[in-house]
Amino acid sequence: MTVRSPTPAGVATASFPYVLRHGDDNLILAQQLGEWISQGPELESDIALANIAVDHLGVARMLLTYAGELEGDGRDEDALAMGRTERQYTNLLLVEQPNGDFATTMARQLFVDAYQVELWAALTGSADPTLAGVSGKAIKEASYHLRHSSTWVIRLGDGTEESHHRMQRAVDDLWRFTGEMLTPDAVDEQMAAIWVGPDIAAFRRPWTERVTAVLDQATLQVPTDDYARLGGRSGIHTEHLGHLLGELQWMQRTYPGMTW
Amino acid sequence: MEQAERFQAIVDAEDKIEPTDWMPEEYRKTLIRQIAQHAHSEIIGMQPEGNWITRAPTLKRKAILMAKVQDEAGHGLYLYSAAETLGITRDEMMRLLHTGRHKYSSIFNYPTLTWADMGAIGWLVDGAAITNQVMLTRSSYGPYARAMVRICKEESFHQRQGYEIMLTLCRGTDEQKAMAQDALDRWWWPSLMMFGPHDAESTHTEQSMAWKIKRISNDELRRQFVDMTVPQADYLGLTVPDPELRRDDATGHYAYGEIDWDEFWTVVKGDGPMNRERLEAKNRAWDQGAWVREAASAHAAKHPAHQHRSA
Amino acid sequence: MPPNTLPTSIDPREETPLSYEVPLAPGEKLPDLPDRTIAAAGWPLWEVFVRQRRGLSHIHAGSLHAPDAETALQNARDVYTRRVEGVSLWVVRSDDITASDPDDAAELFEPFGEQPYRHATFYEIPDEVGHM
Repeated sequence: MTVRSPTPAGVATASFPYVLRHGDDNLILAQQLGEWISQGPELESDIALANIAVDHLGVARMLLTYAGELEGDGRDEDALAMGRTERQYTNLLLVEQPNGDFATTMARQLFVDAYQVELWAALTGSADPTLAGVSGKAIKEASYHLRHSSTWVIRLGDGTEESHHRMQRAVDDLWRFTGEMLTPDAVDEQMAAIWVGPDIAAFRRPWTERVTAVLDQATLQVPTDDYARLGGRSGIHTEHLGHLLGELQWMQRTYPGMTW
Repeated sequence: MEQAERFQAIVDAEDKIEPTDWMPEEYRKTLIRQIAQHAHSEIIGMQPEGNWITRAPTLKRKAILMAKVQDEAGHGLYLYSAAETLGITRDEMMRLLHTGRHKYSSIFNYPTLTWADMGAIGWLVDGAAITNQVMLTRSSYGPYARAMVRICKEESFHQRQGYEIMLTLCRGTDEQKAMAQDALDRWWWPSLMMFGPHDAESTHTEQSMAWKIKRISNDELRRQFVDMTVPQADYLGLTVPDPELRRDDATGHYAYGEIDWDEFWTVVKGDGPMNRERLEAKNRAWDQGAWVREAASAHAAKHPAHQHRSA
Repeated sequence: MPPNTLPTSIDPREETPLSYEVPLAPGEKLPDLPDRTIAAAGWPLWEVFVRQRRGLSHIHAGSLHAPDAETALQNARDVYTRRVEGVSLWVVRSDDITASDPDDAAELFEPFGEQPYRHATFYEIPDEVGHM
């Protein structure tokens, strides 16, 4: 599928690494959520998580396809998803952290959703029309995801003693991975300079307000440690990604060059 | 016995029995079991396909598989809802499933060992379902019939996507074609077993016939499934693993070999290849989710205003 | 793909759940239904009404389980609309619905009661029927 919209003169184009990283974020999230299908705490959860997974995968496919077009080497969405190694993946470290229990998955989702609603909203104004178009669709889904994850963090935080304990632990464990998405790197700065991408440092305040509001209502403590583990955007990952890619890429690596 | 006469009159007139109508207890028990087991089948059926979501060979196949499994969850939910109108809760049905007193379609007790299995079970299992779906929309019980109408509307892509996988494999490399043949070899006989025992061994009472939940001849439907599916296998260039399969040119029907009835009853009784694993997976998900469900209930109890919010 | 030939010789008044029907093994009996005295734990049941677009009315779509109204609405969106835009949803606790007796000839029957379904709390099985 070709995603790129026709570009009138004077409008800017996103760079390959910029589009790729957002594709990677959504692909890895979809892959993670795919593991929950048929394992959820209730049938309704299975359906909700599957919906969210399908959403992330849809966005990932559009972005990876566009990234391949920008690169201009003939790589399509599958070549990029299935053919790159850990060091070539540029997703956030947060999304590759294991699912853990339902609290961990919901905490991870809350943190990502609060970021993505800012990101897609900002990107609807991107100078790159293709990115703006993709974001226009993605923002609606992200708003829904945020409602869902907020709802669950609140219910688990302000539920039973056990759920409160698990939810607090999940928030504490994942907190150190939340800084990366609010810390611009050189690629972000290049894109901001040509009005393709937003200044993600500006997300910090709304992100923090949103997340704090949810955690407060959930009767959870907001962690105060501001250490931010970085590296995903430059291909320095945690040990989890390798295993994830092993499963994702198994078929294509075992049976290369075939049509499925 | 005016209630019973009224009930029978509604059924005979092709009208629907609705939840508040009087119904014979046996009818109610049979319907609960039938609908619940249909729902259980959808839910358990998520597992063999769910097994390949993280390993789908392309992103497109991954997306299709996710959507299909999500649909199955939804179908299970519609069916549990229909069964609940008969005075049983979903929790109770889950317990009957978890303790092995309710069953689900045996086809899902086989393992999905290769990607080609996604094609084979989509093609064969949904193919078998085709022969039933339309009929079930005419169930005498209103909520079940309506759930089936909803399910049928969503089924359209399920039926084709399995066959499309097989077609792609059979048009591919020798290795892919061998994978497809291997999958057909393993899934053919379990598919025939889905239609149940020989008619002579089926238990259906005259009452079931009168209540319009009688089973059509198992053998007749199995024969029609074979007639429909063998040409599809021929089109793929695959060989059905039945040395006795032969076409009667005069009638156009196929004669086929005998099912291994030992295997059939073994699987029905719970000792098939994956019976334990399927149920354990279900039990484990349920048990591990208990604290989540309790937390949500606890939250609701703490915040009663949430019970009647305006949207 | 060669066309699926649907069977034409089957009496449309008859039904079969054959794909999902699991036969009773020889000697096996239908399982007893759960003891009515066990309280139904878990999330309550909600009825879902969907209005596909403006100008139409809300139509009963089915039911689902949820712990509270907000979750019920979110679940309903996922299950009964697949999040198509422009759709309006109502969720109502099943307990909150008052149903009429479908038969006018009330004098022939006991007043059925107020619930739309045969909830466990309302239905009693005579002893002899339980052993069928």
